[in-house]
Amino acid sequence: MIEIENINNAIARCQTAANRMRINTLKLSYMASSNGAHAGSSLSIVEILAVVYCGVMYAKTDQQNWAARDRFILSKGHGTIAQYAALEAAKIITEDQLFTFNQNGGLLGPTSKFNPDWGIEFANGSLGMGLSYAVGLALASIKSATPYHVYALLGDGECNEGSVWEAAMSAQHFKLTNLTAIIDLNSMQSDGASSDVLDIQLTEMWKGYGWEVITVSDGHDVSQLYSALNSPKGNGPRVIVAHTVKGKGVSFMENNKEWHHKQLTKEMFDAAMQEIIGKEPLL
Amino acid sequence: MIAINSRNSRMWSLLGPSGTFGSTMVELAKENEKIVVIAGDMVKTAGLERFGKTFPNKLINVGIAEQNMVGMAAAFANENFIPFAVSFANFSVLRACEPVRHFLGYMKRNVKLIGVGAGFATGMFGPTHYGTQDMSVIRAIPGITILSPADCTELVKALEAAANLNGSVYVRLTGVMNNPIVYKENYAFEIGKAITLRQGTAITIIATGALVYNALKASDILETQGISVTVIDMHTIKPLDTTTIDRELGSSKLIVSVEEHGKIGGLGGAIAEHMSSVKHNAVLLKLGIEDKFQDAGEYRFMLEQNKLLPEQLAHSIGQKYRAII
Repeated sequence: MIEIENINNAIARCQTAANRMRINTLKLSYMASSNGAHAGSSLSIVEILAVVYCGVMYAKTDQQNWAARDRFILSKGHGTIAQYAALEAAKIITEDQLFTFNQNGGLLGPTSKFNPDWGIEFANGSLGMGLSYAVGLALASIKSATPYHVYALLGDGECNEGSVWEAAMSAQHFKLTNLTAIIDLNSMQSDGASSDVLDIQLTEMWKGYGWEVITVSDGHDVSQLYSALNSPKGNGPRVIVAHTVKGKGVSFMENNKEWHHKQLTKEMFDAAMQEIIGKEPLL
Repeated sequence: MIAINSRNSRMWSLLGPSGTFGSTMVELAKENEKIVVIAGDMVKTAGLERFGKTFPNKLINVGIAEQNMVGMAAAFANENFIPFAVSFANFSVLRACEPVRHFLGYMKRNVKLIGVGAGFATGMFGPTHYGTQDMSVIRAIPGITILSPADCTELVKALEAAANLNGSVYVRLTGVMNNPIVYKENYAFEIGKAITLRQGTAITIIATGALVYNALKASDILETQGISVTVIDMHTIKPLDTTTIDRELGSSKLIVSVEEHGKIGGLGGAIAEHMSSVKHNAVLLKLGIEDKFQDAGEYRFMLEQNKLLPEQLAHSIGQKYRAII
């Protein structure tokens, strides 16, 4: 009974975090002004990050440098603003730090800079390199007898990169039970529908590479994500294929390839906020 | 500390650079428990079989997947291991170029990247295996130290220094088995400090890798012609020892770079970049591999094709010297 209560609390905590993160992701998109931002790619991973950071990963502000913390690698470089929002929601960075986004020479750029002090364990932007790093972290955990779990979030478009599959091969070879990859299957990439750009059967591919595949039919449902991420460990690496919607939560962004990377004007920002919280917020 | 003496120098020379690398890793791992080797299906080729038997838990074979090798090595470095990532020079650097730029450069992870078979060491395998652009590519990436030892003894020194340096390093292995010996006895090796092997007055040859020996032999020939030659072993390509170069620019009329690497962007390129920014009265002659893909041949044949044998070096250098004085 207590356990169920705790799970319900955890799910509620993740949902609260996700709500806050979606608003902050839009605020950051707006802050990017004429530079534009990857709003669509970031909105599709809000719930995934909320559950990873606030539901399963052992990460607290005072434990950032603790060797046994769980590691999270955001391999899809087009989701950084959602990750920054997640770091703030998990209280790893402050709200003031979050809103230093998009400054010339600043620490929080449109692609992330390696910055372990702020909980950013990997520099992203160039696709296809995060999983190798995650595989190395997971194997190093075993070699050093320092138990921790490694989570890596990849985009479905990112899985076009051959280096992803080099890493996938090695993860199953080394039987990395402490590694979980998550695929943000929003079915879109820069040039449009993934099925038009490069039609691949991702679930079958991961199975073929020897990974345990868990499908989450709604990657915006925190309870589905929570139970997938907390399900009992198997004998090797696991991938959670989460079906998501690019631009989730904002009608004019959803499934619209223009929002892979685009400027969010004041009018658009207000309209998006209207949809999400029903009123114009003070920025 | 690994013992440096004439007996070991002869043994390492017989083993060649790959065998020396593998046996040195065993000794280094005995001294430092943080060392691991991450190999791209290179255990046999890089002489790592004994390492694997001695330290089965410290040898990680990732298969023929160099991009993944570099990414995994970076993660091990992040967890305070000292990973040595090993493939052929051309694959360690060019196949894995962006991971090298990303993890060793941008993210500053403490990886020791090893390029086996640099230059023409792979012989009949041909241009797909020749490591002839590795230095130029890595030089352009900020933050990576480049070591290019002159012989197998210096390779041992370089590996030891790389392990002790807190920063990413690329070590290129030139030469083949029965590698000629430059260093018979112990000596001081310091990253970034070139070694003057012979002090002359008229010409300065700055060589790197296995061709340091050929440069010494060429200087013997030039001395018989009455031309006094300085020979420098530039074992560190980056950071370049510009202090030593400036000293030579003050006295020599002709600076010669000698390397088993393309003439663009390697040692000669680095010296040219430096010389173009300081005042001097010297001319630079760049000797290295011609800027073209060449049909495969055995090691010595390829050196000969590129005029890198001692007599050929002496001829080119003498000719240039006579033309400018």
